[in-house]
Amino acid sequence: MSGEIKLKIDGKVCLGIKGETILEVARRNEIWIPTLCYDERLEPYGACRLCLVEVKGARGFLPSCTTEINDGMEVRTSTKRIESIRRTIIELLLSDHPEDCMTCESAGLCVLQDLAYRYGVRKSPYAGESHKYEILNGNPLIERDPNKCVLCGRCVRICEDVVGAGVYGFVRRGFDAIVSTPYERSLLDSPCLFCGQCVSACPVGALTSKISKGKGRLWDVKKTNTICPYCGVGCTITLWVKENRIVNVTAPVGKGVNKGNLCVKGRFGYQFVNSPDRLKSPLIRQKDGSFMRVGWKTAVSYVAENLSRIRDKYGPDSIAGLASARCTNEENYIFQKFMRAAIGTNNIDHCARLCHSPSVAGLAQTFGSGAMTNSIEDLALADVTFIIGSNTTETHPVISMELIRAVNAGKKKLIVADPRNIMISKFAEIVMNHKPGTDVALLNGMMHWIIKKNLHDMDFIRERTEGFDELKRHLRDYAPKKVEKITGVPEEDIKKAAEMFATATRANIVYSMGITQHTTGTENVMSISNLAMLTGNIGKPGTGVNPLRGQNNVQGACDMGALPDVYSGYQKVTDDAARRMMEEAWGVALPEKPGLKVTEMVDAALRGEIRAIYVMGENPLITDPDLTHSRKAFKNLEFLVVQDIFMTETAEFADVVLPSASFAEKDGTYTNTERRVQRIRKAIEPPGEARPDWEIICEVSSLLGYRMAYSTVYDITREVARLTPSYRGITPDSIAGAACGIQWPCTEEDHPGTPILHVGKFSRGKGKFVAVDYKPPAEVPTKRYPLVLTTGRILTHYHAGSMTRRCPPLEEIAPEALAEIHETDAAAYGICDGDIVEISTRRGSIEVKAKVTERANPGVIFIPFHYAEAPVNLLTPSAFDPVCKIPEYKVSAVKVKKKKYR
Amino acid sequence: MPADCVRTSEKNAGASIVDKILKKYSGEKGALIPVLQETQEALGYLSEETLEKIAMATGRTLAQVYGVATFYTQFRLEPIGKHLVRICHGTACHVGGAEDIDAAVCGHLGLPDEGGTTPDMEFTVEKVVCVGACSLAPIMIVDGVAHGRLTPDKARNVIKSYQKSGKDRQVENSVSGKKV
Repeated sequence: MSGEIKLKIDGKVCLGIKGETILEVARRNEIWIPTLCYDERLEPYGACRLCLVEVKGARGFLPSCTTEINDGMEVRTSTKRIESIRRTIIELLLSDHPEDCMTCESAGLCVLQDLAYRYGVRKSPYAGESHKYEILNGNPLIERDPNKCVLCGRCVRICEDVVGAGVYGFVRRGFDAIVSTPYERSLLDSPCLFCGQCVSACPVGALTSKISKGKGRLWDVKKTNTICPYCGVGCTITLWVKENRIVNVTAPVGKGVNKGNLCVKGRFGYQFVNSPDRLKSPLIRQKDGSFMRVGWKTAVSYVAENLSRIRDKYGPDSIAGLASARCTNEENYIFQKFMRAAIGTNNIDHCARLCHSPSVAGLAQTFGSGAMTNSIEDLALADVTFIIGSNTTETHPVISMELIRAVNAGKKKLIVADPRNIMISKFAEIVMNHKPGTDVALLNGMMHWIIKKNLHDMDFIRERTEGFDELKRHLRDYAPKKVEKITGVPEEDIKKAAEMFATATRANIVYSMGITQHTTGTENVMSISNLAMLTGNIGKPGTGVNPLRGQNNVQGACDMGALPDVYSGYQKVTDDAARRMMEEAWGVALPEKPGLKVTEMVDAALRGEIRAIYVMGENPLITDPDLTHSRKAFKNLEFLVVQDIFMTETAEFADVVLPSASFAEKDGTYTNTERRVQRIRKAIEPPGEARPDWEIICEVSSLLGYRMAYSTVYDITREVARLTPSYRGITPDSIAGAACGIQWPCTEEDHPGTPILHVGKFSRGKGKFVAVDYKPPAEVPTKRYPLVLTTGRILTHYHAGSMTRRCPPLEEIAPEALAEIHETDAAAYGICDGDIVEISTRRGSIEVKAKVTERANPGVIFIPFHYAEAPVNLLTPSAFDPVCKIPEYKVSAVKVKKKKYR
Repeated sequence: MPADCVRTSEKNAGASIVDKILKKYSGEKGALIPVLQETQEALGYLSEETLEKIAMATGRTLAQVYGVATFYTQFRLEPIGKHLVRICHGTACHVGGAEDIDAAVCGHLGLPDEGGTTPDMEFTVEKVVCVGACSLAPIMIVDGVAHGRLTPDKARNVIKSYQKSGKDRQVENSVSGKKV
């Protein structure tokens, strides 16, 4: 990028930089130029010809969306001739367009409608033949009306270039050209992912959301900007509310981390909020086992009485709390404060234990702090991105879009390592299907080759790291040839991947649960840090180690100290200074012994040491490994409180169930995967008597004798800022703007936040290479259990399914669990696509429908964990990583048997 | 126990021809149109299966390949009859009465005026733009052989001669034309 360019648009002097287009500069200067085919999420296309402008000295008219600016350029955007062309285009479009604005879903949003209004075109003078196409809505979510299509190609391009699905194309030509799927197939029979990006890109009413149809248009609704409640990307969404119901979700283009992009869950997964299944009043279990509806007063005193009885009788450490990665920062902060200050125990944890605890532990050891080092926006900048153990397209769809867009634009190469042929593999230069649990071997093999070829960054290693010699010695044993034997990845691919990664100017690593959910989770993470440091890829834009966090606020729940060993900001409970500071602030003596981790709580409950558990917004009886074991443990409790928005599988076991408010019904903040703290905003009233979690906790706490009173939720935000160095500058006001939040560390007021960690210096000073040896997973295939089971998410559903499975269209798209199995295994066991199979481990068995697919690799079966009726966690082992006690969800030895023909 | 769904070798002659063509052009950018042309030449038309295969092999989406195949009138997505009759509708032929030739041929074969394929899969009639033989207008091409200076009667007779002889494609015929 070189210096500033000065040009005149309609006589106004405007500034821009090289590479910008006339349209971009004009928009920034609030000079209106009409467009139909332009979408700032896409490469300029120049098809609709509405944005033509006159440039002094240039022949004819130039499309402003594709014409780059030059110094001294003089542009006129509205001359008689231009306006006449624009008018003709509008008239031509309207000559074959239904005049049904009064019933059109897009009225108010439609660009064509606005243009007709602006240019005063009522009836097209070009009467003649027009088309009469059928409306296509044979799927649960997207309605297509080809009669309204203006052939701008935005849907075609966003689907192909950004989503990477390529569902639509232009079919036929001239007057008969339409946008369609091949052979006019239903979207259900196409590669459609139902993200609705095409709907968001359509400038007219040709593509609309079926579930919003007739529910309210622009002027009928109240719109509230907030943050998506699903994965950790933290997309900005706009809730459309009419009569206290969410009737549509959109995303403001150009705003937030997603810049207007959304996935199927974010855009269409909102109906759970207004589901009739929502809990509306507190419930207490009676002697006969049934629940009785009670008022808040009764419920809260019942909880307080029981907790204080148990605490007095067995001591505070007989009580444990599970916080929630889906609740706000404020709620998690209040919950850990409640457990520590009111109950008096550090027995608090949440499901981050089961996803990224190895990232926190591993990265803390090697770098000094455990979080995504770079930003989402920054991911696209790397020339090479190495994805390992992250099914990005299905678990973090909007990040996947960023990566796919960069690949399609020729700006990035991908290396993908995964035991399955995941969707994003299609865009990769190199795909390595390693055996589950062999990540360390694979990474060591790559590093061995990098050192052998002398491609490591010696300057970086010398200046910024320690422990290199030890690592180098260790890696001698990991020649690619040997690694091929362990991982099943051809030697040549390992070498190629190593070279591509090491020779890139900027390379980054993206990983997720495929790395962490192993008995060697922490070591896997440290291996990844080794690779990044070895090649000097840390502390710069377009580099870094980037764990993608799974839930909307799992980063925040950890940051807030909903963990057994730390307060907010990872201040250790064993650190006297930190504890004293908290004691002073909270006005009470605090326990110094770290508490139990989730997985330890279960064992302790089984042994009778934990007598009561307070669960806020989690559903461990679907998400815990080895469910039989967990169910037994929960049954063994004297007292179980579950606070949730639905009667979950865990709530079924509870003594008291407290109804809480959903994300749309409260204010607060979430921290996304890139450490960005963003505000969520209340859009509707909660159903019945449901209340925000923090209010409930405060009341229970006060009844227990530890008074907590905050007049608004943002008083809690301010308390967090006061007591948490990395959140010090994060206040309700500093993050209020639509510019979307601040990335911690934000150590003082007016601090702009930190998009990239470890710039110039690691948090721990020098980066530490920790040499790691490959260890096989806890369970390896045997004669009796010859296959490997790996578990995870699918795109359409989320976690235990309590939200997405209450969204009827999502349920229609993915109604049942499917066990993905490779053709050769299927043939060996006589299994056909659609057969019911029984899958068993040493711990249990489930019946599930088989899907024979090339996505699976021989020897590996995949089952998603969303489905309570096929609870795959009956099968998973309680084998743990020794450091952070994460269970090995990704590797179980299984056997498979055909039960029923389809 | 072998399952009933386990695929047997489903490779047919058609698939291997496509493979050969794809191999010839593998790695070549922008070869989609020649691939489609040669495939159609070999198989007579482009089936759904064929397009999917070509899309996969050329790293394009089916939507893109289908878009190209429907953009150009030269590509056929439906199987064609044993004999392919292409009636020229270029300017010279149009002036010379191509519409009447259409009506005669289609009427004789029981097809609608815009053409199509007879149910017995013997004849496919297409309207095409200029075939580049304006001096012989109006003209039609049957199985690659040109029949020029047609009248409706003459056109009917040409078709009849194909019906009678049961000729295969490619067989030389010369009412008045030559192979083009």
